[in-house]
Amino acid sequence: MSVVSLKDVHKEFGKGGVIALQGIELEIGEREFVSLIGPSGCGKSTLLRIVGDLIQPTSGKVVVNGKSARQAREDRDYGIVFQDAVLFDWRTVAKNISLPLEMLGWDRRRRGERVKELLRLVELDGFESHHPWQLSGGMQQRVSIARALSFSPPLLLMDEPFGALDEMTRERLNIELLRIWDALGSTIVFVTHSISEAVFLSTRVVVMSPRPGQITGVVDIDLPQPRTAETREQPRFFELVADVRHRLRGLGDELDETELIVAEEGL
Amino acid sequence: MSAGPTAVQPVPRGVFARRVGRGVRDWIPAAIVFALGMAVWEFGVKALDVQNFLLPPLSDILETLWDDRSGLTSAAWFTFKEALGGFVIGSGVAIALALLLARWRPLASAIMPYAIAANAIPIIAFAPITNNWFGLLSPASKIAIAAIICFFPVLVNTLRGLTSVRPASIELMRSYAAGEVEIFRRVRIPNALPFIFSALKVATVLAMIGAIVGDYFGGSQDSLGIVIRRDAGIFAFEHAWAAIVIASMLGILFYAAVAITERLAMRWHPSTRIE
Repeated sequence: MSVVSLKDVHKEFGKGGVIALQGIELEIGEREFVSLIGPSGCGKSTLLRIVGDLIQPTSGKVVVNGKSARQAREDRDYGIVFQDAVLFDWRTVAKNISLPLEMLGWDRRRRGERVKELLRLVELDGFESHHPWQLSGGMQQRVSIARALSFSPPLLLMDEPFGALDEMTRERLNIELLRIWDALGSTIVFVTHSISEAVFLSTRVVVMSPRPGQITGVVDIDLPQPRTAETREQPRFFELVADVRHRLRGLGDELDETELIVAEEGL
Repeated sequence: MSAGPTAVQPVPRGVFARRVGRGVRDWIPAAIVFALGMAVWEFGVKALDVQNFLLPPLSDILETLWDDRSGLTSAAWFTFKEALGGFVIGSGVAIALALLLARWRPLASAIMPYAIAANAIPIIAFAPITNNWFGLLSPASKIAIAAIICFFPVLVNTLRGLTSVRPASIELMRSYAAGEVEIFRRVRIPNALPFIFSALKVATVLAMIGAIVGDYFGGSQDSLGIVIRRDAGIFAFEHAWAAIVIASMLGILFYAAVAITERLAMRWHPSTRIE
């Protein structure tokens, strides 16, 4: 069964306005790691939000976990991570992580145990009583990931989660995320600007083009699992990066030069 | 993944004692300036032979204050109750209305332009009118002025705090299937607290001004405003100044009480951070 199934999804902002997405067809299976990549304005973040029922499509069918996107959201079938960690300053690290658990009505003891497990998972033991502003950007993003995982959702939606981090932190968190993905067996939909990040992480890379936003190609990433720092040095890795890059370039003359550079450099 | 060399370490114990010690040291320059100011007032007035009706020496004022401490205290208590009553009513209604407006945004766009305009009106000009509305001798007319004067800044700031939430925070809450009430309780209200407290601090000052100036236009003989106005007219300048000193101290205490509450309510805030 597909975890996410999109059929002819269409999104228009404002009546007769900008067409953000057109004719989107995509099936994402259990335990897949799918990246959406494309230049700014290709609608990849919009698509992620449609899957999460944070934006409604103008037309088309969205099925998440075998139900409507809305029902899936109300059943808390997914966790979401944004580019900005979106932590609440008035809550400690532990309380930020346990926010969804509080809303699910877990008692204090059970929450405390779960938070301990999660802090170990994202390697932030000892930081439970810190406040978000006492942490570095990378650590904040790890808290945000722990929060998204806290209630063990079958699906994880990630909107450029490492986009604001420096290259070294980003590569470390990439490996960390793969370890978590492997340990938890969840399905991940990951939006990114960076070709190498998409190839390194994913089982499939979905290439999108702007104006109107549509899927122009899907690249299967057949790199062996588990991926390690050495994966980035394999010839196959470079071939796949080149393949994705060509597909992005193949978007034609509509893409201006800066957008291409942004897409290639993963800025 | 290792935490890395730049990771923030847990705050060690025993920092608190050092913090208090440093707090005292930080206050020394201000204390010196205060003492100097008082000395300049006391000896400057005497040395330059300043007329009594312009500025009496500090020692005379303090002496008068001590001699009539019971009369001044009861006048101060009367005026403070007016200010406090106005502060509680004005701020309370403003916060409640801000919650309603934040929930029903079209209502806010209908009302807020007028609230913002009203915020720029010198409300104190209405003092003689509220005397007509609520009775010259009743403290209600002064409470009304203090309440109206507190109302607008608290309303405008609270609404700004409730609505200036990052869109991603709302998306996050919606991903947890949170309803409006839960979003208010867990995101909007905590987000608004710093805005509300800075408005409340301003409101303490405004409430004191409202109550005292309200007194100026008539009212109970036993209020600070009346004492100041009457004594300044009958050449009892030291007594008028003693009342002003009391009013100043009350204003500072009122402000400090709200500032301390703010600290307690927002211990999480970065402004209370330990370096």
